[in-house]
Amino acid sequence: MTILPTPLAPAGRAPEQDSGARPAPRRAGRSAVPFGGHRRARHSRKAARAKLTPYLFLAPGVALFAVAILYPITQAVNMSFFDWQLIASATSEFVGLGNYVRALQDDRFWLALANSGIYMLFTVPPQIVLGLAVAILLKKRSPAQPVFRALYYLPVVTSWVVVSLLFKYLFADAGLINFALGDLLHVTDGATSWLANRWTALIAICALGVWKGIGWSMMIFLAALQGVPRSLEEAAIMDGANRWQQLRAVTLPAIWPAMLFVVVMLVIGGFNVFTSVLVMTGGGPGGQTEVLLTYMYQQAFEFLDFGYGSALSVILAIVVFVLAIVQLRVFRDRSGEAYA
Amino acid sequence: MSRMPLAAVFRYVVLAVGAIIMVTPFIYLLSTSFKPQAYVLTIPPEFIPNPATTANYEQVLTSHNFGLYFLNSTIVTVISTVLSVLISSMMAFAFARFKFRGRELIFRILLIGLIVPAMMLIVPQFVLAKQLHLLDSLVGLIVFYVAGTLALNTFLLRGFFEAIPAELDQAMQIDGASAWSRYWRLAIPLAKPALATATIFTFLANWDEFAWALTIITDQDKLTLPVAIQLFQGQNATEWGLVFAASAIAIIPVIIVFLVFQRYFVQGLTAGAVKG
Repeated sequence: MTILPTPLAPAGRAPEQDSGARPAPRRAGRSAVPFGGHRRARHSRKAARAKLTPYLFLAPGVALFAVAILYPITQAVNMSFFDWQLIASATSEFVGLGNYVRALQDDRFWLALANSGIYMLFTVPPQIVLGLAVAILLKKRSPAQPVFRALYYLPVVTSWVVVSLLFKYLFADAGLINFALGDLLHVTDGATSWLANRWTALIAICALGVWKGIGWSMMIFLAALQGVPRSLEEAAIMDGANRWQQLRAVTLPAIWPAMLFVVVMLVIGGFNVFTSVLVMTGGGPGGQTEVLLTYMYQQAFEFLDFGYGSALSVILAIVVFVLAIVQLRVFRDRSGEAYA
Repeated sequence: MSRMPLAAVFRYVVLAVGAIIMVTPFIYLLSTSFKPQAYVLTIPPEFIPNPATTANYEQVLTSHNFGLYFLNSTIVTVISTVLSVLISSMMAFAFARFKFRGRELIFRILLIGLIVPAMMLIVPQFVLAKQLHLLDSLVGLIVFYVAGTLALNTFLLRGFFEAIPAELDQAMQIDGASAWSRYWRLAIPLAKPALATATIFTFLANWDEFAWALTIITDQDKLTLPVAIQLFQGQNATEWGLVFAASAIAIIPVIIVFLVFQRYFVQGLTAGAVKG
């Protein structure tokens, strides 16, 4: 269904079919002269230029990438070893692993890390299960399919700031959630101050994460499901498999690459939660709902402790890398293909 | 007489309930945007505002510099999206159509840009932007938005360029077409669907970007919509009607883009996960 190869595909499957850069006449570009005379010289100048062509196409992007992404990556690591001073005249003191040691002894860092982990644990599985369930229900093409697809996907394209404010409003003391749970369903007394304590605030933040993300996983599962050969499913039905057995024996293995892609992306995304926490609770009350990134942001831009902020960023990056690598390993083992 | 099988009825009921849950918050947002402040948090909640008012919209549009924020967002988003797609498509073309020293190495280094969490770079990028005098300017937003979206777009477009038959390329080459004209007159037109996909996703990402804009913009006149809307929450009591009127206006472009270009969304998403 798609003509796009996956970005996770091994680099370098490119059809090696250019031209411009084919091994030019020997010694092209180096010494243009000796015997060839005019013609030969022109030829090798042309070849030299052709050799340069791909680099010219890459130059603007690579330059920008090097300055604005690669250099900051090295700087993040570098700064994390200093008590960094933003003012040019002040000297930044080298503190070695000081910032990291401080993080390990910082209870609020551990609380923030735990909250990030909790967010991941309580948003990733629901997004997968519900996204897959909706995709399975929507699989059969019908006039209603695009409509449902759009409705479920709507939250995905809506700004994080907007939906965070929206959920803050829904979870307000006199908000819709309290009304629904209290007056309508009678499961609570309808007077929960959701955003005023750690666990209920985390529930609200996670609810937003799941609500906003279901459409994304649904869309990917939907595409994957449509790639599953019908004959496989029919064979399973012929063998008398019930729906559950079909799902386990046929559907899930067939969409395994998509499944692991979704898991990897959602786990990484889970640790990147920032805007919703900042907007909904600001990390409060009393830092109870701080996640890694809001805590890092606060340290850097409120307390101007750039060195400590950098160390927290690096720790986050390490956590994300480790998780990604572990999952890609599983990915590769299960699908029998080199993806990483 | 045709009857819907029970399973299908069940399926639609479940889907409809789910869809209602997905959409209710939006409906509530819209309805609140038409409520006077005194009625925004009432028990029971009202989905049909009574009394209804357009005062919030009027106030947003007239007294809150909203037009300026909308303009800032539009300028930053359009310029950074165009630049990002142009620069990444050039890189993608080089990766897809040339064999050269360092190709795989450079490509793999770009990969890093996909995995490193953007927020991890916010501290060193802030310091860099300060040194380059890019703080508190729309240029500062554009430069880093372009840089931040290069990697993903290059990956997406490389695949598309590779799918263009080599014969076409070779034919043009025999006719003496330069690399630039093969890029501009062959690859770009043929990759339109992919360019559309990349453009849409980049547009949405930049339109919504919050953290970087929050960090480097302090001048009230240079705010973008996400930051401005977040600031609409008053210090004391949030004027929800106002906040949601602003939000409703800010998400209109997004919803239009989404509804018009739905099929490109599907393509762009599946590009990452599913092999053709």
